[in-house]
Amino acid sequence: MHVHFLDPYKPRPSLIHAFDPRVKLVLALAFILAVALTPIGAWPVYVLLFAVIVSVVMLSELGVGYVLKRSALALPFVLAAVPILFTAQGVPLLAVPVGPWTLTITVEGLQRFITILLKSWLSIQMAIVLAASTPFPQLLVAMRAVRMPRLIVAVVGLMWRYLFVMVDEVLRLLRARTARSGDPGLPGARVGGSLAWRARVTGGMAGNLLVRSFDRGERIYAAMAARGYDGEVRTFALPPIPTGQRLILGIGLAVLLLLVMLGYLV
Amino acid sequence: MHYSPTPLHIPDGFLSIYVAIVFWIVTLMLVVYALKRVNQDLGERQVPLMGVLAAAIFAGQMLNFAVAGGTSGHMLGATLATILLGPWAAILVMTCVVGVQALIFQDGGLLALGANIFNMAIIGVSVSYFAYRTVQKLAGGKPWGLYVGGFAAAWLAVFVAALATALELAISGTSPANIALPTMGAVHALIGIAEGLITIGALAFLAAVRPDLVKRNKAEVPAGRVVWLVGLVIALGLAVLSPLASSHPDGLEWVAEQQGFIGLAQSPLYEIIPDYAFPGISSEAVATIVAGLLGTTLVFVVALGLAYSRRKRSSPVES
Repeated sequence: MHVHFLDPYKPRPSLIHAFDPRVKLVLALAFILAVALTPIGAWPVYVLLFAVIVSVVMLSELGVGYVLKRSALALPFVLAAVPILFTAQGVPLLAVPVGPWTLTITVEGLQRFITILLKSWLSIQMAIVLAASTPFPQLLVAMRAVRMPRLIVAVVGLMWRYLFVMVDEVLRLLRARTARSGDPGLPGARVGGSLAWRARVTGGMAGNLLVRSFDRGERIYAAMAARGYDGEVRTFALPPIPTGQRLILGIGLAVLLLLVMLGYLV
Repeated sequence: MHYSPTPLHIPDGFLSIYVAIVFWIVTLMLVVYALKRVNQDLGERQVPLMGVLAAAIFAGQMLNFAVAGGTSGHMLGATLATILLGPWAAILVMTCVVGVQALIFQDGGLLALGANIFNMAIIGVSVSYFAYRTVQKLAGGKPWGLYVGGFAAAWLAVFVAALATALELAISGTSPANIALPTMGAVHALIGIAEGLITIGALAFLAAVRPDLVKRNKAEVPAGRVVWLVGLVIALGLAVLSPLASSHPDGLEWVAEQQGFIGLAQSPLYEIIPDYAFPGISSEAVATIVAGLLGTTLVFVVALGLAYSRRKRSSPVES
Protein backbone atom coordinates (compact mmCIF):
# COMPACT_ATOMS: atom_id res chain seq x y z
CA MET A 1 0.00 0.00 0.00
CA HIS A 2 1.44 3.32 -0.98
CA VAL A 3 0.27 6.77 -0.13
CA HIS A 4 1.30 8.81 -3.13
CA PHE A 5 -2.29 10.03 -3.12
CA LEU A 6 -1.34 12.12 -0.10
CA ASP A 7 0.32 14.58 -2.46
CA PRO A 8 -2.20 17.36 -3.17
CA TYR A 9 -0.57 18.27 -6.50
CA LYS A 10 -2.93 17.76 -9.41
CA PRO A 11 -1.42 18.12 -12.88
CA ARG A 12 -3.63 20.12 -15.27
CA PRO A 13 -2.86 21.91 -18.54
CA SER A 14 -3.87 25.24 -17.02
CA LEU A 15 -2.56 28.78 -17.05
CA ILE A 16 -2.10 28.78 -13.28
CA HIS A 17 -0.06 25.57 -13.40
CA ALA A 18 2.22 27.09 -16.02
CA PHE A 19 3.10 30.12 -13.85
CA ASP A 20 6.57 30.41 -12.42
CA PRO A 21 6.42 29.02 -8.87
CA ARG A 22 8.05 32.15 -7.47
CA VAL A 23 5.40 34.40 -9.02
CA LYS A 24 2.69 32.07 -7.76
CA LEU A 25 4.00 31.93 -4.18
CA VAL A 26 4.41 35.70 -3.92
CA LEU A 27 0.99 36.40 -5.43
CA ALA A 28 -0.70 33.82 -3.20
CA LEU A 29 0.93 35.30 -0.09
CA ALA A 30 0.03 38.81 -1.26
CA PHE A 31 -3.59 37.76 -1.75
CA ILE A 32 -3.76 36.29 1.76
CA LEU A 33 -2.14 39.43 3.14
CA ALA A 34 -4.64 41.60 1.25
CA VAL A 35 -7.52 39.56 2.66
CA ALA A 36 -6.10 40.01 6.15
CA LEU A 37 -5.70 43.77 5.65
CA THR A 38 -9.26 44.30 4.42
CA PRO A 39 -11.22 45.90 7.27
CA ILE A 40 -14.22 44.37 9.00
CA GLY A 41 -17.47 44.83 7.12
CA ALA A 42 -15.99 46.12 3.83
CA TRP A 43 -18.39 43.89 1.91
CA PRO A 44 -17.76 45.29 -1.61
CA VAL A 45 -14.07 44.44 -1.33
CA TYR A 46 -14.88 40.94 -0.11
CA VAL A 47 -17.16 40.47 -3.12
CA LEU A 48 -14.32 41.50 -5.43
CA LEU A 49 -11.78 39.32 -3.62
CA PHE A 50 -14.22 36.44 -3.92
CA ALA A 51 -14.52 37.07 -7.67
CA VAL A 52 -10.72 37.02 -7.91
CA ILE A 53 -10.39 33.70 -6.11
CA VAL A 54 -13.25 32.12 -8.09
CA SER A 55 -11.53 33.24 -11.29
CA VAL A 56 -8.21 31.80 -10.13
CA VAL A 57 -9.87 28.50 -9.17
CA MET A 58 -11.58 28.31 -12.56
CA LEU A 59 -8.39 29.20 -14.43
CA SER A 60 -6.51 26.51 -12.53
CA GLU A 61 -8.99 23.89 -13.88
CA LEU A 62 -8.79 22.08 -10.55
CA GLY A 63 -12.56 22.00 -10.29
CA VAL A 64 -14.57 24.31 -8.08
CA GLY A 65 -15.95 21.30 -6.20
CA TYR A 66 -12.50 19.99 -5.33
CA VAL A 67 -11.39 23.33 -3.90
CA LEU A 68 -14.65 23.81 -2.01
CA LYS A 69 -14.40 20.35 -0.49
CA ARG A 70 -10.86 20.90 0.68
CA SER A 71 -11.66 24.37 2.00
CA ALA A 72 -14.03 22.78 4.52
CA LEU A 73 -10.86 21.82 6.39
CA ALA A 74 -10.81 25.11 8.27
CA LEU A 75 -14.45 24.75 9.32
CA PRO A 76 -13.97 23.16 12.77
CA PHE A 77 -11.97 26.16 13.83
CA VAL A 78 -14.97 28.43 13.26
CA LEU A 79 -16.19 27.28 16.69
CA ALA A 80 -13.50 29.47 18.21
CA ALA A 81 -15.09 32.57 16.69
CA VAL A 82 -18.71 31.81 17.66
CA PRO A 83 -18.59 33.51 21.08
CA ILE A 84 -17.74 36.82 19.40
CA LEU A 85 -21.33 36.88 18.10
CA PHE A 86 -22.59 37.48 21.61
CA THR A 87 -19.77 39.26 23.37
CA ALA A 88 -19.03 42.11 20.96
CA GLN A 89 -20.38 45.43 22.18
CA GLY A 90 -22.96 47.01 19.93
CA VAL A 91 -26.51 47.29 18.74
CA PRO A 92 -28.51 44.20 19.77
CA LEU A 93 -29.93 42.32 16.83
CA LEU A 94 -31.41 39.09 18.08
CA ALA A 95 -31.92 37.54 21.50
CA VAL A 96 -31.53 33.78 21.78
CA PRO A 97 -32.83 32.22 24.99
CA VAL A 98 -30.52 29.43 26.09
CA GLY A 99 -31.85 27.82 29.25
CA PRO A 100 -31.86 30.39 32.03
CA TRP A 101 -29.78 32.92 30.04
CA THR A 102 -30.51 35.09 27.06
CA LEU A 103 -27.70 35.51 24.59
CA THR A 104 -27.86 38.65 22.50
CA ILE A 105 -26.37 38.71 19.04
CA THR A 106 -25.12 42.18 18.22
CA VAL A 107 -24.78 43.74 14.79
CA GLU A 108 -21.08 44.35 15.42
CA GLY A 109 -20.60 40.76 16.57
CA LEU A 110 -22.32 39.40 13.49
CA GLN A 111 -20.24 41.63 11.23
CA ARG A 112 -17.03 40.54 12.86
CA PHE A 113 -18.00 36.86 12.77
CA ILE A 114 -18.91 36.89 9.08
CA THR A 115 -15.74 38.82 8.28
CA ILE A 116 -13.61 36.20 10.05
CA LEU A 117 -15.41 33.42 8.19
CA LEU A 118 -14.93 35.12 4.83
CA LYS A 119 -11.28 35.88 5.50
CA SER A 120 -10.42 32.33 6.44
CA TRP A 121 -12.46 30.89 3.55
CA LEU A 122 -10.86 33.17 0.91
CA SER A 123 -7.35 32.58 2.27
CA ILE A 124 -7.60 28.80 2.45
CA GLN A 125 -8.86 28.58 -1.14
CA MET A 126 -5.79 30.44 -2.36
CA ALA A 127 -3.53 28.16 -0.32
CA ILE A 128 -5.28 25.13 -1.82
CA VAL A 129 -4.80 26.38 -5.37
CA LEU A 130 -1.12 27.08 -4.65
CA ALA A 131 -0.49 23.58 -3.26
CA ALA A 132 -2.58 21.79 -5.89
CA SER A 133 -1.09 23.60 -8.89
CA THR A 134 2.59 23.55 -7.92
CA PRO A 135 4.72 20.39 -7.64
CA PHE A 136 6.62 20.32 -4.36
CA PRO A 137 10.13 20.64 -5.87
CA GLN A 138 8.97 23.85 -7.52
CA LEU A 139 7.67 25.12 -4.20
CA LEU A 140 11.13 24.48 -2.78
CA VAL A 141 12.56 26.64 -5.57
CA ALA A 142 10.08 29.38 -4.67
CA MET A 143 11.00 29.07 -0.99
CA ARG A 144 14.65 29.58 -1.87
CA ALA A 145 13.75 32.58 -4.01
CA VAL A 146 11.97 34.32 -1.12
CA ARG A 147 15.15 33.90 0.96
CA MET A 148 14.13 31.11 3.30
CA PRO A 149 17.21 29.79 5.17
CA ARG A 150 18.95 27.24 2.95
CA LEU A 151 19.20 24.64 5.67
CA ILE A 152 15.44 24.76 6.34
CA VAL A 153 14.73 24.35 2.62
CA ALA A 154 17.12 21.39 2.50
CA VAL A 155 15.52 19.72 5.52
CA VAL A 156 12.01 20.29 4.16
CA GLY A 157 13.12 18.86 0.80
CA LEU A 158 14.46 15.73 2.45
CA MET A 159 11.40 15.52 4.66
CA TRP A 160 9.17 15.53 1.60
CA ARG A 161 11.24 12.81 -0.06
CA TYR A 162 10.85 10.48 2.91
CA LEU A 163 7.38 11.55 4.00
CA PHE A 164 5.70 8.91 1.89
CA VAL A 165 8.12 6.24 3.07
CA MET A 166 7.38 7.12 6.69
CA VAL A 167 3.62 7.24 6.10
CA ASP A 168 3.88 3.77 4.56
CA GLU A 169 5.76 2.75 7.70
CA VAL A 170 2.92 4.11 9.86
CA LEU A 171 0.33 2.32 7.76
CA ARG A 172 2.24 -0.94 8.27
CA LEU A 173 2.29 -0.34 12.02
CA LEU A 174 -1.44 0.41 12.03
CA ARG A 175 -2.20 -2.69 9.96
CA ALA A 176 -0.20 -4.83 12.35
CA ARG A 177 -2.20 -3.45 15.26
CA THR A 178 -5.49 -3.99 13.46
CA ALA A 179 -4.47 -7.57 12.70
CA ARG A 180 -4.01 -8.07 16.45
CA SER A 181 -7.51 -6.64 17.02
CA GLY A 182 -6.67 -3.36 18.61
CA ASP A 183 -8.29 -1.24 15.89
CA PRO A 184 -9.61 2.06 17.21
CA GLY A 185 -11.20 3.04 13.90
CA LEU A 186 -14.30 0.84 13.88
CA PRO A 187 -17.25 2.57 15.52
CA GLY A 188 -19.10 0.32 17.92
CA ALA A 189 -16.46 -2.38 17.75
CA ARG A 190 -14.88 -3.41 21.01
CA VAL A 191 -11.32 -2.26 21.39
CA GLY A 192 -8.96 -4.37 23.41
CA GLY A 193 -7.42 -3.57 26.74
CA SER A 194 -7.63 -0.66 29.12
CA LEU A 195 -7.11 2.94 28.08
CA ALA A 196 -3.60 2.98 29.54
CA TRP A 197 -2.76 -0.25 27.70
CA ARG A 198 -4.02 1.14 24.39
CA ALA A 199 -2.00 4.32 24.94
CA ARG A 200 1.10 2.26 25.73
CA VAL A 201 0.69 0.20 22.56
CA THR A 202 0.37 3.38 20.51
CA GLY A 203 3.39 4.80 22.31
CA GLY A 204 5.33 1.68 21.45
CA MET A 205 4.38 2.17 17.83
CA ALA A 206 5.55 5.79 17.97
CA GLY A 207 8.83 4.71 19.55
CA ASN A 208 9.25 2.02 16.90
CA LEU A 209 8.64 4.61 14.17
CA LEU A 210 11.28 6.90 15.65
CA VAL A 211 13.85 4.09 15.96
CA ARG A 212 13.25 3.11 12.34
CA SER A 213 13.59 6.73 11.22
CA PHE A 214 16.83 7.13 13.19
CA ASP A 215 18.24 4.05 11.48
CA ARG A 216 17.02 5.28 8.13
CA GLY A 217 18.56 8.69 8.75
CA GLU A 218 21.92 7.06 9.45
CA ARG A 219 21.68 4.97 6.27
CA ILE A 220 20.75 8.02 4.21
CA TYR A 221 23.66 9.93 5.66
CA ALA A 222 26.03 7.08 4.86
CA ALA A 223 24.68 6.92 1.30
CA MET A 224 25.03 10.68 0.89
CA ALA A 225 28.57 10.63 2.33
CA ALA A 226 29.47 7.83 -0.09
CA ARG A 227 28.40 10.10 -2.93
CA GLY A 228 30.58 12.97 -1.78
CA TYR A 229 28.30 14.85 0.61
CA ASP A 230 30.38 17.13 2.82
CA GLY A 231 27.71 18.94 4.81
CA GLU A 232 27.31 21.72 2.27
CA VAL A 233 23.89 22.05 0.67
CA ARG A 234 24.47 22.89 -2.97
CA THR A 235 21.72 24.05 -5.28
CA PHE A 236 21.42 25.09 -8.90
CA ALA A 237 21.20 28.80 -9.66
CA LEU A 238 17.61 29.91 -10.15
CA PRO A 239 16.57 30.64 -13.74
CA PRO A 240 15.42 34.21 -14.41
CA ILE A 241 11.70 34.97 -14.30
CA PRO A 242 10.34 35.65 -17.81
CA THR A 243 9.29 39.25 -18.51
CA GLY A 244 5.67 38.35 -19.10
CA GLN A 245 5.46 36.73 -15.68
CA ARG A 246 7.12 39.72 -14.07
CA LEU A 247 4.40 41.85 -15.64
CA ILE A 248 1.69 39.57 -14.25
CA LEU A 249 3.33 39.75 -10.83
CA GLY A 250 3.33 43.56 -10.96
CA ILE A 251 -0.27 43.79 -12.16
CA GLY A 252 -1.43 41.27 -9.56
CA LEU A 253 0.25 43.14 -6.71
CA ALA A 254 -1.15 46.47 -7.96
CA VAL A 255 -4.70 45.10 -8.18
CA LEU A 256 -4.45 43.68 -4.65
CA LEU A 257 -3.12 46.99 -3.32
CA LEU A 258 -6.01 48.79 -5.03
CA LEU A 259 -8.52 46.40 -3.48
CA VAL A 260 -7.11 46.92 0.01
CA MET A 261 -7.20 50.71 -0.45
CA LEU A 262 -10.78 50.43 -1.65
CA GLY A 263 -11.55 48.62 1.58
CA TYR A 264 -10.64 51.71 3.57
CA LEU A 265 -12.54 54.02 1.22
CA VAL A 266 -16.01 52.49 1.16
CA MET B 1 -6.43 9.46 4.08
CA HIS B 2 -7.87 11.21 7.06
CA TYR B 3 -5.56 13.83 8.28
CA SER B 4 -7.54 15.46 11.02
CA PRO B 5 -6.50 18.97 11.91
CA THR B 6 -5.69 19.39 15.57
CA PRO B 7 -7.40 22.42 17.07
CA LEU B 8 -4.05 24.07 17.61
CA HIS B 9 -3.49 24.94 13.95
CA ILE B 10 -4.90 28.44 13.52
CA PRO B 11 -6.21 29.04 9.97
CA ASP B 12 -5.80 32.37 8.22
CA GLY B 13 -8.38 35.00 9.05
CA PHE B 14 -8.51 34.23 12.75
CA LEU B 15 -5.51 36.31 13.77
CA SER B 16 -5.38 40.05 13.35
CA ILE B 17 -2.72 41.21 10.95
CA TYR B 18 -0.65 42.79 13.74
CA VAL B 19 -0.58 39.63 15.84
CA ALA B 20 0.27 37.52 12.79
CA ILE B 21 3.16 39.76 11.73
CA VAL B 22 4.62 40.14 15.23
CA PHE B 23 4.64 36.35 15.64
CA TRP B 24 6.22 35.88 12.21
CA ILE B 25 9.07 38.21 13.15
CA VAL B 26 9.66 36.68 16.60
CA THR B 27 9.46 33.13 15.22
CA LEU B 28 11.84 33.86 12.34
CA MET B 29 14.42 35.28 14.72
CA LEU B 30 14.22 32.28 17.04
CA VAL B 31 14.35 29.76 14.19
CA VAL B 32 17.39 31.45 12.67
CA TYR B 33 19.09 31.30 16.07
CA ALA B 34 18.19 27.62 16.41
CA LEU B 35 19.68 27.03 12.93
CA LYS B 36 22.94 28.56 14.08
CA ARG B 37 23.03 26.38 17.20
CA VAL B 38 22.25 23.20 15.25
CA ASN B 39 25.03 24.02 12.81
CA GLN B 40 27.47 23.99 15.72
CA ASP B 41 26.10 20.97 17.57
CA LEU B 42 25.13 18.41 14.96
CA GLY B 43 27.53 18.95 12.10
CA GLU B 44 26.97 17.48 8.68
CA ARG B 45 24.58 14.66 9.51
CA GLN B 46 21.93 17.18 10.51
CA VAL B 47 20.14 17.44 7.15
CA PRO B 48 19.39 13.73 6.57
CA LEU B 49 18.64 13.03 10.24
CA MET B 50 16.34 16.01 10.77
CA GLY B 51 14.63 15.50 7.42
CA VAL B 52 13.75 11.89 8.16
CA LEU B 53 12.71 12.66 11.74
CA ALA B 54 10.46 15.48 10.55
CA ALA B 55 8.87 13.04 8.10
CA ALA B 56 8.45 10.48 10.90
CA ILE B 57 6.82 12.98 13.26
CA PHE B 58 4.52 14.19 10.48
CA ALA B 59 3.53 10.60 9.68
CA GLY B 60 3.38 9.71 13.38
CA GLN B 61 0.47 12.07 13.88
CA MET B 62 -1.64 9.44 12.16
CA LEU B 63 -0.97 7.12 15.10
CA ASN B 64 -4.05 7.27 17.28
CA PHE B 65 -5.90 5.25 19.84
CA ALA B 66 -9.53 5.22 20.95
CA VAL B 67 -10.16 7.29 24.06
CA ALA B 68 -13.89 7.52 24.57
CA GLY B 69 -16.99 8.55 22.68
CA GLY B 70 -15.46 8.40 19.24
CA THR B 71 -12.56 10.69 20.08
CA SER B 72 -9.01 9.53 19.81
CA GLY B 73 -5.63 10.53 21.14
CA HIS B 74 -2.88 11.57 18.75
CA MET B 75 0.82 11.88 18.96
CA LEU B 76 2.02 15.46 18.44
CA GLY B 77 5.70 14.79 18.85
CA ALA B 78 7.33 17.96 20.20
CA THR B 79 8.27 16.27 23.47
CA LEU B 80 9.73 13.13 21.89
CA ALA B 81 11.69 15.24 19.44
CA THR B 82 13.07 17.31 22.33
CA ILE B 83 14.12 14.26 24.35
CA LEU B 84 15.73 12.52 21.38
CA LEU B 85 17.35 15.45 19.58
CA GLY B 86 17.85 18.19 22.12
CA PRO B 87 15.98 21.50 22.03
CA TRP B 88 17.59 23.27 19.06
CA ALA B 89 17.25 20.48 16.53
CA ALA B 90 13.75 19.75 17.88
CA ILE B 91 12.70 23.35 17.18
CA LEU B 92 13.88 22.99 13.58
CA VAL B 93 12.20 19.62 13.10
CA MET B 94 8.88 20.87 14.48
CA THR B 95 9.17 24.05 12.38
CA CYS B 96 9.48 21.90 9.25
CA VAL B 97 6.55 19.72 10.31
CA VAL B 98 4.22 22.66 11.01
CA GLY B 99 5.41 24.46 7.87
CA VAL B 100 4.68 21.53 5.57
CA GLN B 101 1.30 20.99 7.26
CA ALA B 102 0.37 24.57 6.39
CA LEU B 103 1.94 24.88 2.95
CA ILE B 104 0.85 21.55 1.51
CA PHE B 105 -2.11 20.36 3.54
CA GLN B 106 -3.64 23.71 4.56
CA ASP B 107 -3.54 22.59 8.16
CA GLY B 108 -3.15 26.07 9.59
CA GLY B 109 -2.86 29.29 7.62
CA LEU B 110 0.15 30.79 5.87
CA LEU B 111 -0.11 34.21 7.49
CA ALA B 112 -0.85 32.51 10.80
CA LEU B 113 2.12 30.18 10.28
CA GLY B 114 4.41 32.36 12.39
CA ALA B 115 2.09 32.02 15.37
CA ASN B 116 1.53 28.31 14.70
CA ILE B 117 5.27 27.60 14.59
CA PHE B 118 5.66 29.65 17.75
CA ASN B 119 2.98 27.65 19.57
CA MET B 120 3.96 24.18 18.44
CA ALA B 121 7.69 24.37 17.80
CA ILE B 122 8.98 27.03 20.14
CA ILE B 123 6.54 26.76 23.07
CA GLY B 124 6.17 23.01 22.59
CA VAL B 125 9.91 22.37 22.66
CA SER B 126 11.02 24.88 25.29
CA VAL B 127 8.24 23.95 27.73
CA SER B 128 8.95 20.24 27.13
CA TYR B 129 12.61 20.83 27.76
CA PHE B 130 11.96 22.78 30.93
CA ALA B 131 9.60 20.16 32.39
CA TYR B 132 11.71 17.16 31.33
CA ARG B 133 14.98 18.54 32.63
CA THR B 134 13.44 19.65 35.91
CA VAL B 135 11.94 16.24 36.65
CA GLN B 136 15.18 14.50 35.60
CA LYS B 137 17.17 16.66 38.00
CA LEU B 138 14.70 15.90 40.79
CA ALA B 139 14.83 12.17 40.04
CA GLY B 140 18.62 12.23 40.16
CA GLY B 141 19.10 9.67 37.40
CA LYS B 142 16.55 7.15 38.68
CA PRO B 143 14.54 5.43 35.94
CA TRP B 144 11.22 6.98 36.99
CA GLY B 145 12.61 10.38 35.99
CA LEU B 146 12.39 9.36 32.35
CA TYR B 147 8.71 8.43 32.50
CA VAL B 148 7.44 11.09 34.89
CA GLY B 149 9.52 13.68 33.07
CA GLY B 150 8.22 12.54 29.69
CA PHE B 151 4.60 12.62 30.83
CA ALA B 152 4.93 16.01 32.55
CA ALA B 153 6.71 17.49 29.53
CA ALA B 154 4.14 16.21 27.05
CA TRP B 155 1.15 17.32 29.12
CA LEU B 156 2.54 20.75 29.94
CA ALA B 157 3.62 21.39 26.33
CA VAL B 158 0.13 20.67 24.96
CA PHE B 159 -1.60 22.63 27.74
CA VAL B 160 0.61 25.71 27.51
CA ALA B 161 0.50 25.73 23.69
CA ALA B 162 -3.30 25.67 23.90
CA LEU B 163 -3.34 28.59 26.32
CA ALA B 164 -1.03 30.50 24.00
CA THR B 165 -3.33 29.81 21.05
CA ALA B 166 -6.34 31.04 23.03
CA LEU B 167 -4.47 34.18 24.08
CA GLU B 168 -3.47 34.94 20.50
CA LEU B 169 -7.09 34.59 19.41
CA ALA B 170 -8.18 36.83 22.27
CA ILE B 171 -5.67 39.55 21.45
CA SER B 172 -6.81 39.38 17.83
CA GLY B 173 -10.37 40.09 18.95
CA THR B 174 -11.53 36.78 17.45
CA SER B 175 -12.50 35.00 20.63
CA PRO B 176 -13.17 36.55 24.04
CA ALA B 177 -10.50 35.64 26.57
CA ASN B 178 -12.93 34.63 29.30
CA ILE B 179 -14.44 31.97 27.02
CA ALA B 180 -11.51 30.89 24.83
CA LEU B 181 -8.96 30.39 27.60
CA PRO B 182 -10.94 28.07 29.90
CA THR B 183 -12.35 26.10 26.94
CA MET B 184 -9.06 25.60 25.14
CA GLY B 185 -7.31 24.93 28.44
CA ALA B 186 -9.83 22.31 29.58
CA VAL B 187 -9.97 20.48 26.23
CA HIS B 188 -6.21 20.35 25.92
CA ALA B 189 -5.67 19.35 29.53
CA LEU B 190 -7.47 16.15 28.47
CA ILE B 191 -5.69 15.84 25.12
CA GLY B 192 -2.43 16.35 27.02
CA ILE B 193 -3.10 13.25 29.11
CA ALA B 194 -3.38 11.13 25.95
CA GLU B 195 -0.22 12.74 24.60
CA GLY B 196 1.56 12.07 27.89
CA LEU B 197 0.52 8.40 27.93
CA ILE B 198 1.75 7.91 24.35
CA THR B 199 5.02 9.58 25.30
CA ILE B 200 5.46 7.19 28.23
CA GLY B 201 4.79 4.24 25.93
CA ALA B 202 7.29 5.51 23.38
CA LEU B 203 9.95 6.14 26.04
CA ALA B 204 9.42 2.68 27.53
CA PHE B 205 9.90 1.16 24.10
CA LEU B 206 12.98 3.24 23.37
CA ALA B 207 14.53 2.50 26.77
CA ALA B 208 14.13 -1.23 26.09
CA VAL B 209 15.22 -1.28 22.43
CA ARG B 210 17.63 1.60 22.02
CA PRO B 211 18.65 2.75 25.50
CA ASP B 212 21.47 4.75 23.92
CA LEU B 213 18.93 7.11 22.36
CA VAL B 214 17.23 8.11 25.61
CA LYS B 215 20.01 7.55 28.12
CA ARG B 216 22.87 9.42 26.52
CA ASN B 217 20.96 12.55 27.44
CA LYS B 218 20.93 14.40 24.21
CA ALA B 219 18.92 16.94 26.11
CA GLU B 220 22.04 18.03 27.95
CA VAL B 221 23.42 20.54 25.50
CA PRO B 222 25.53 23.61 26.14
CA ALA B 223 23.38 26.69 26.74
CA GLY B 224 20.41 24.41 27.29
CA ARG B 225 19.98 26.57 30.35
CA VAL B 226 18.63 29.33 28.10
CA VAL B 227 15.95 27.04 26.70
CA TRP B 228 15.15 25.82 30.20
CA LEU B 229 14.67 29.43 31.32
CA VAL B 230 12.57 30.31 28.26
CA GLY B 231 10.37 27.27 28.95
CA LEU B 232 10.01 28.27 32.60
CA VAL B 233 9.14 31.86 31.69
CA ILE B 234 6.58 30.83 29.06
CA ALA B 235 4.94 28.24 31.31
CA LEU B 236 4.85 30.55 34.32
CA GLY B 237 3.88 33.59 32.27
CA LEU B 238 0.91 31.86 30.66
CA ALA B 239 -0.10 30.21 33.92
CA VAL B 240 -0.25 33.63 35.59
CA LEU B 241 -1.52 35.60 32.62
CA SER B 242 -4.34 33.24 31.65
CA PRO B 243 -6.51 33.47 34.78
CA LEU B 244 -5.81 37.20 34.87
CA ALA B 245 -6.87 37.64 31.28
CA SER B 246 -9.97 35.49 31.63
CA SER B 247 -11.18 37.22 34.79
CA HIS B 248 -10.36 40.69 33.51
CA PRO B 249 -11.18 40.61 29.82
CA ASP B 250 -11.00 44.41 29.94
CA GLY B 251 -7.24 44.23 29.70
CA LEU B 252 -7.42 42.40 26.41
CA GLU B 253 -10.33 44.48 25.26
CA TRP B 254 -8.12 47.44 25.82
CA VAL B 255 -5.50 45.91 23.55
CA ALA B 256 -8.18 45.23 20.95
CA GLU B 257 -9.34 48.81 21.25
CA GLN B 258 -5.80 49.94 20.71
CA GLN B 259 -5.85 47.89 17.54
CA GLY B 260 -9.12 49.43 16.54
CA PHE B 261 -7.40 52.70 17.13
CA ILE B 262 -4.59 51.65 14.82
CA GLY B 263 -7.22 50.74 12.26
CA LEU B 264 -8.70 54.23 12.61
CA ALA B 265 -5.29 55.76 12.28
CA GLN B 266 -5.08 54.28 8.82
CA SER B 267 -8.23 55.98 7.64
CA PRO B 268 -6.45 59.18 6.52
CA LEU B 269 -6.57 57.41 3.16
CA TYR B 270 -10.10 58.65 3.29
CA GLU B 271 -8.94 62.23 3.37
CA ILE B 272 -6.53 61.85 0.47
CA ILE B 273 -9.32 60.95 -1.91
CA PRO B 274 -12.52 62.50 -0.59
CA ASP B 275 -15.93 62.30 -2.18
CA TYR B 276 -14.98 62.96 -5.76
CA ALA B 277 -12.91 59.80 -6.20
CA PHE B 278 -15.83 57.45 -6.63
CA PRO B 279 -18.83 59.61 -7.39
CA GLY B 280 -22.04 57.78 -6.77
CA ILE B 281 -20.41 55.12 -4.61
CA SER B 282 -21.14 56.95 -1.43
CA SER B 283 -23.40 54.44 0.22
CA GLU B 284 -22.14 51.00 0.99
CA ALA B 285 -25.13 49.23 -0.51
CA VAL B 286 -24.49 50.77 -3.91
CA ALA B 287 -20.80 49.96 -3.62
CA THR B 288 -21.60 46.34 -2.83
CA ILE B 289 -23.88 46.10 -5.85
CA VAL B 290 -21.23 47.64 -8.10
CA ALA B 291 -18.63 45.25 -6.67
CA GLY B 292 -20.99 42.34 -7.26
CA LEU B 293 -21.51 43.36 -10.88
CA LEU B 294 -17.78 43.84 -11.42
CA GLY B 295 -17.01 40.51 -9.81
CA THR B 296 -19.63 38.67 -11.83
CA THR B 297 -18.27 40.23 -15.01
CA LEU B 298 -14.75 39.12 -14.12
CA VAL B 299 -15.83 35.57 -13.40
CA PHE B 300 -17.95 35.51 -16.55
CA VAL B 301 -15.06 36.72 -18.73
CA VAL B 302 -12.74 34.11 -17.21
CA ALA B 303 -15.30 31.36 -17.78
CA LEU B 304 -15.85 32.49 -21.37
CA GLY B 305 -12.11 32.64 -22.01
CA LEU B 306 -11.64 29.19 -20.54
CA ALA B 307 -14.46 27.66 -22.57
CA TYR B 308 -13.03 29.25 -25.71
CA SER B 309 -9.48 28.03 -25.08
CA ARG B 310 -10.74 24.54 -24.25
CA ARG B 311 -12.60 24.35 -27.53
CA LYS B 312 -9.52 25.51 -29.38
CA ARG B 313 -7.43 22.93 -27.54
CA SER B 314 -9.77 20.05 -28.21
CA SER B 315 -10.67 20.87 -31.82
CA PRO B 316 -7.32 19.81 -33.37
CA VAL B 317 -7.77 16.45 -31.69
CA GLU B 318 -11.17 16.00 -33.27
CA SER B 319 -10.15 17.02 -36.76
